[in-house]
Amino acid sequence: MVVQALCFYLFSAVAIASAVMVISSRNPVHSVLFLILAFFNAAGLFVLMGAEFLGMILVVVYLGAVTVLFLFVVMMLNINVAEMRQGFLQYLPIGATVGLILLVELFMVLGGWAISPEAAQVAQVPTPPPEQVSNTAALGNVLYTKYVYLFQASGIVLLVAMIGAIVLTLRTRTGVRRQNLREQSFRTRDESVEVKKVQSGSGV
Amino acid sequence: MESLLIEYLPILIFFGIAIGLALAMVGASYVVARQSPDPEKDSAYECGFEAFDDARSRFDVRFYLVSILFIIFDLEVAFLFPWAVSLSEIGVFGFWSMVVFLGILTIGFIYEWKKGALEWE
Amino acid sequence: MTYDLATIAPELFLLVSAMALLMLGAFRQGNPTGLVLSLATVATVITFVLVWLQPTARELAFGGLFVRDGFGNFMKGLILVGSSVSLIMAWRFIERENMSRFEFPVLMLFATVGMMMMVSANDLISLYIGLELQSLSLYVIAAFRRDTLRSTESGLKYFVLGALSSGMLLYGSSLVYGFAGTTNFNTLAEILQQAAQAGEAPSIGLIVGVVFVMAGLAFKVGGVPFHMWTPDVYEGAPTPVTAFFASAPKIAAMALFARVLMGPFAELVAQWQQVVVAISLLSMVLGALAAISQTNIKRLMAYSSIGHVGYALIGLAAGTEAGVRGLAVYMAIYLFMNLGTFAVILCMRQKDRMVENIDDLRGLSRTHPLMALAMGIFMFSMAGIPPLAGFFSKLYVFLAAIEAQLYTLAVVGVLSSVVGAFYYLRIVKLMYFDEPAESFDQPFGREMSLIMGAAGAITLLFFVFPSPIVSGAEAAAASLLAAAG
Repeated sequence: MVVQALCFYLFSAVAIASAVMVISSRNPVHSVLFLILAFFNAAGLFVLMGAEFLGMILVVVYLGAVTVLFLFVVMMLNINVAEMRQGFLQYLPIGATVGLILLVELFMVLGGWAISPEAAQVAQVPTPPPEQVSNTAALGNVLYTKYVYLFQASGIVLLVAMIGAIVLTLRTRTGVRRQNLREQSFRTRDESVEVKKVQSGSGV
Repeated sequence: MESLLIEYLPILIFFGIAIGLALAMVGASYVVARQSPDPEKDSAYECGFEAFDDARSRFDVRFYLVSILFIIFDLEVAFLFPWAVSLSEIGVFGFWSMVVFLGILTIGFIYEWKKGALEWE
Repeated sequence: MTYDLATIAPELFLLVSAMALLMLGAFRQGNPTGLVLSLATVATVITFVLVWLQPTARELAFGGLFVRDGFGNFMKGLILVGSSVSLIMAWRFIERENMSRFEFPVLMLFATVGMMMMVSANDLISLYIGLELQSLSLYVIAAFRRDTLRSTESGLKYFVLGALSSGMLLYGSSLVYGFAGTTNFNTLAEILQQAAQAGEAPSIGLIVGVVFVMAGLAFKVGGVPFHMWTPDVYEGAPTPVTAFFASAPKIAAMALFARVLMGPFAELVAQWQQVVVAISLLSMVLGALAAISQTNIKRLMAYSSIGHVGYALIGLAAGTEAGVRGLAVYMAIYLFMNLGTFAVILCMRQKDRMVENIDDLRGLSRTHPLMALAMGIFMFSMAGIPPLAGFFSKLYVFLAAIEAQLYTLAVVGVLSSVVGAFYYLRIVKLMYFDEPAESFDQPFGREMSLIMGAAGAITLLFFVFPSPIVSGAEAAAASLLAAAG
């Protein structure tokens, strides 16, 4: 129990510290690396809560793919952070006010927290106790059957994302000679080799 | 809950050892080795010349396309894990529901292939 | 499960045809755009027929995630009209304007599927997924001319603000889920009803959640104060895309707004009514005032659409069956006026280039009398001059507001439509009383004249045959209210 509490404080402290570093570090690449650290600690927090599947997905998708994308984008854009942060102090009061309002709202919500007594009965899929069914299996048991509509719909969203990425960024370059395997393999001798009779001593 | 977390204990110990080892090595080299810092040691050096330009050149937009396509397939894989774990529970319907999902993404894959998004040049 | 598939038949058909067209485009040699575009138009028309054939009885599918009812069918019909007409308007445009790629119609179809899913959502999760499918396709379509600065800018702005609004919606949904314990609309309605009968006040967390959901939806309909993206996106996006944005997604988001507020949260009417009243008031006033100083016709239409959203929301604010009927009638008539106006804007070409200034319409009555007549009808109708359709659409919502004793809303509505009439009539004045500017390129194509003619006829003759739209809207409103009560 003590270890669990210790781990919680460690993970959350590192997560918050690295989140602060994400927005305050000078080099955008460092920001992305701190973001990785923040994600990683968030994954640890998920595992502590017993949501191991979410923790794993955070590692696989966010650490494995999203941050790589961020790195590419950061390197592609050539951002000058010093220039970008010029308005930082200027916008700080507005940003801080909005953040403060959201924080107060959050506390109000937490203060008024009262789960209605019916909530437990109306839950469409109650969470099974983690000792009996693992997190991943519990998700799998409903995601592909009960929620098949949402599952397929998210497949379509992914398909649209694919089309969108290609439509917006794919450029076919003209004047690039590509290797065409089919053409290569189907080339006949007649097309490519020409026999010339050369008079000896006179050259071609 | 406890039993679940106990399963993660080896990973925690592993992290402890890894962090400890890394700190020990960095710390030891800092303490034990002889330090004589010099700005020239940190300066950029290119085959005997001063650096010609910044090393952080801009990446091609094509890297972005590759990584975004990677994310999409990565998410698809994320859907496969719970499916594989509970395939015995969800029966034929669950099986075919995943096949349809993969079919939708295969359409995307064929499209990518035909558009040449997977070719570099 | 086969039964469920029959319930979603129109969506399924449109989806399968979108994927089939994607494959057709990828495999066909040469430039397949023309073929894919015409087949996509055919697909929307067939889907319209399928929606028409669907029974209007309320039916749930997929364990309550999806609902089919008369309200959904009516709104889906309008959405499909918007999509198919926008596709037809794009026929010539995309060849001329150098954006001839077959993904364009395919993405329009995917967006339409998303809108139909939104309208039929019966759960906060299916609402969100439908909304994302629609928005994701729209972001790409807005930035479709990726080589022009304005189009990419509009796509980027739309994306950033749209993502923000989706985030708010999701945050609100999770609060609702946290405080009520469910995301299903029927169960939510039941829980809230029971709580109200027991005399408990709804918890503050739930109300915060509902307000966040409303903010997200207000973003999608483009109501003040969440309207900032509208003018820039409308101006920057390619014109057929703007026509599409101003018609189908607006209707889908508005239908969703009505379904969410009148369904699961019907019990909280006292709480959400003031928010809707505020959005509606601000939208009407800003739409009327900001449009006056515009010189670009697409920007003008953006502000005009903000104003129209305000009027349509009056119906929702009333929170009665008459109000929902007014909203449905309003959106139907808005759709036809809007499509007709954009057909005229698409014909504004001089020397092979699109022109977008309002001044370019000067003296249109002498160079193109029929086009000027059509535009005149649309402008008079948008201003709400009797006996054109726009007058009746406003009349229905104002009557609903008065019945619900929202007198301020009705009074401000009338006042702002008087102010709004100024800029609509300014266009009429430019067309009829000013010296002709340079004439527009001929010919615009038969389909454009057809769209203008049909939209003009519907707008003009609504008062003679109001029953198809009004009775459809009446049935739609009744079916939405029956589910809630």
